[in-house]
Amino acid sequence: MDPIMLSRIQYALTTIFHFFFVPLSIGLVLLVAIMETLYVVKGKEIYKTMAKFWGKLFLINFAVGVVTGILQEFQFGMNWSEYSRFVGDVFGAPLAIEALLAFFMESTFIGLWIFGWDRLSKKVHLACIWLVFVGTFLSALWILAANSFMQHPVGFEINNGRAEMNDFFALITNGQLLVEFPHTIFGALMTGAFVVTGISAYKLMKKQDVEIFRKSFNIAIIIALVSSIGVAFSGHFQAQYLVETQPMKMAASEGTWTTTEDPAPWTVVAFIDPDKQENTGEIKIPGLLSYLSYSKFSGSVKGMKELQAEYEQTYGPGDYIPPVRTTFWSFRIMIAAGGLMIALALYGTFLAMRKKLEVAGKWFMRLMVFAISLPFIANTSGWIMTEVGRQPWTVFGYMTTEAGVSPNVSAGMILFSTIAFTAAYTVLGIVMVYLFVREIKAGPFAVEKPEDHDESADPFGVDGGYSVVTK
Amino acid sequence: MNRPIRSAWMEVIPLSLSELWFLLIAVLFVGFFFLEGFDFGVGMSTGIIAKTDRERRTLINSIGPFWDGNEVWLITAGGAMFAAFPHWYATLFSGFYLPLVVVLLALIGRGVAFEFRSKMKQQRWRKTWDIIIVVSSALLPFLFGVVFATLMKGLPIDGEMQLRAGFFDIVNPYTVIGGLSVTLLCLVHGLLFASLRTVGELRERALNTAQKLMLPLAALLAVYALMTYFMTDVFTVRGWALWIMVVLGAVSLALAAYFVRQKREGWAFGMTGAVIAIAFASVFIGLFPRVMVSSFGAAYDLTVYNAASGAYSLKVMTIVACTLLPFVLGYQIWSYYIFRKRLNEQHHLEY
Repeated sequence: MDPIMLSRIQYALTTIFHFFFVPLSIGLVLLVAIMETLYVVKGKEIYKTMAKFWGKLFLINFAVGVVTGILQEFQFGMNWSEYSRFVGDVFGAPLAIEALLAFFMESTFIGLWIFGWDRLSKKVHLACIWLVFVGTFLSALWILAANSFMQHPVGFEINNGRAEMNDFFALITNGQLLVEFPHTIFGALMTGAFVVTGISAYKLMKKQDVEIFRKSFNIAIIIALVSSIGVAFSGHFQAQYLVETQPMKMAASEGTWTTTEDPAPWTVVAFIDPDKQENTGEIKIPGLLSYLSYSKFSGSVKGMKELQAEYEQTYGPGDYIPPVRTTFWSFRIMIAAGGLMIALALYGTFLAMRKKLEVAGKWFMRLMVFAISLPFIANTSGWIMTEVGRQPWTVFGYMTTEAGVSPNVSAGMILFSTIAFTAAYTVLGIVMVYLFVREIKAGPFAVEKPEDHDESADPFGVDGGYSVVTK
Repeated sequence: MNRPIRSAWMEVIPLSLSELWFLLIAVLFVGFFFLEGFDFGVGMSTGIIAKTDRERRTLINSIGPFWDGNEVWLITAGGAMFAAFPHWYATLFSGFYLPLVVVLLALIGRGVAFEFRSKMKQQRWRKTWDIIIVVSSALLPFLFGVVFATLMKGLPIDGEMQLRAGFFDIVNPYTVIGGLSVTLLCLVHGLLFASLRTVGELRERALNTAQKLMLPLAALLAVYALMTYFMTDVFTVRGWALWIMVVLGAVSLALAAYFVRQKREGWAFGMTGAVIAIAFASVFIGLFPRVMVSSFGAAYDLTVYNAASGAYSLKVMTIVACTLLPFVLGYQIWSYYIFRKRLNEQHHLEY
């Protein structure tokens, strides 16, 4: 097989998998921090129980997020060495800063938080979890600064065939970053909030530990509401920025082949034929695309054919149209999931404020359990749109994805590693879900009983560790 | 080609920025092996000195609050390489593709094993994760040892800065001895850390095992130093500087053995730490100003000058690093201070 395709597949698989865990970590740690804050301020044990319960889920998730993140860093050098040579000067800096500023903070204070319940004062212990949150937040900021450079390269010049940084300030005030960061962070908070409301709804339906899960639901639904609305607004700004900086991605995500009329209609669904470069059968809402693009009901949006001609003039001959179907549909799936979440968050908040949560009937609770999947669908499809929509570029306008691949790594090696990582990730995913379900079923009062007998599980012992020694 | 950039302050510290970053990366790697070295060792020791599940848990708890932070030293070193020496990062990481796949799998397995093992009490479950902890904790220092040994020995790097290594470029007697040395060194270092954080029988066992391993360790390191003398050019390039390191290393190792015999594990731990620091510092001293030695001749070497980022980028990174490092070191030291007490039988262990 073609090493470029294999590297792409590997990158997509590992990145998508990694990004199941990152937003959930950011969202959950905020909720845990809020719960522990309530414990410290109000002094009620119940909040501590809550913080510990959700904290357990956070830790399982965090562990997988961390280990899959290491692979992300190594991958640039391993599979994309020419990319790394070309942009390391600019792109490496945010990565190094992320490690120095965020990873150290997260990992040190998470250790203090887990092992420090008995050794730190309440306030210092609380500060630890907040610092973990700040760490995850900063980590997202710097990794998105790096990603924003790929979407909209700024703050550099080309010297001797390499991108060299010449304006660090431009890099961290990149317009792309200013729209991408809020959108991603709100998405992350939304993920944590919907996971907590969903699990709480499940437990409330089962009438288990009602007080804890009602409180959890109430806290999380407010975060869900604020963040889902935040996602929508920041997404709107991001789309407008896209029209200016990456019109091809915008046109592809709208399935717009030829430049639209003025005002431009928004295509709800379409059957896209990339070979003939046209759509057969569309449902359109008049004027909406103009509004999405320019915040007014006028103005046309450029189509892919015109842009292809323009890009050929600027960058030379080549195919500059990304996979249109993927971009188009991932965009719509994201929006549909997002819209559904706003509606659910609104109704859930309404019920919670009226204290009618359990009266409202099981259908809503069931819906909330199902809604656990929504943020993951939205996050994944959002990234697919962003990254696939940028193709064929890896650094927009400067380097194609094809040019970035390692020339000294064979297809066989990449195939082997892809299989190995996929297998490892599959096991991780299954184990994680299994442990999550276990913890949820056990509930917050599943206290670890002090072990009265010691299981001698010595894997290197004579009997392979199957004897049980009673003390 | 980037030439060394000098500015006024460098009259005081006679280093160009790229040389400074080479030093910083060296410090990060030395820090990584000193710190994660002992938690690798403790990981291995759970399969050697622990007899019961509680003892195994005690050992894991002794590194519980730290191992994740220790690993970040590696991630930061990788990030710093990427930013300061993109060519080094690209050549090294793509050239060592397959060993790094194994490194990553081991890091993944080890990282989740610490979190997952205690979530269920079933024998099979615990046994599986415990084996993963032991195997990955041994495999990682071995592979790192192999990779660092090849760096000194030299690798087929062509004019395009591409490393196209065959199996025997990476796996040969010299690199295998290097890998084994690092693994054993980490094991002894970890056993001493375990003895420092535990009481009673577990501490005794850790000390005894460390004592038994001292002689084999000294022998292995001596063989490795000898092979380095004959098989690499680092002694000719650096001459007396490396001889000083060898003497210092030998003295530290002898002192470590002496303190282990005296059952003063604190000092002994400090001394094995010194051996690790000296060993890896020697690698970087021996390499400098090269970052990767090409077996095709000096013209193809990657150096701190031809592999480095531009002056502006390095300057920004220097400012950022100098601002952040004191805080990072501060809270890391604080966390070690918080968990300075030994774990005893009465202690509530975090699972």
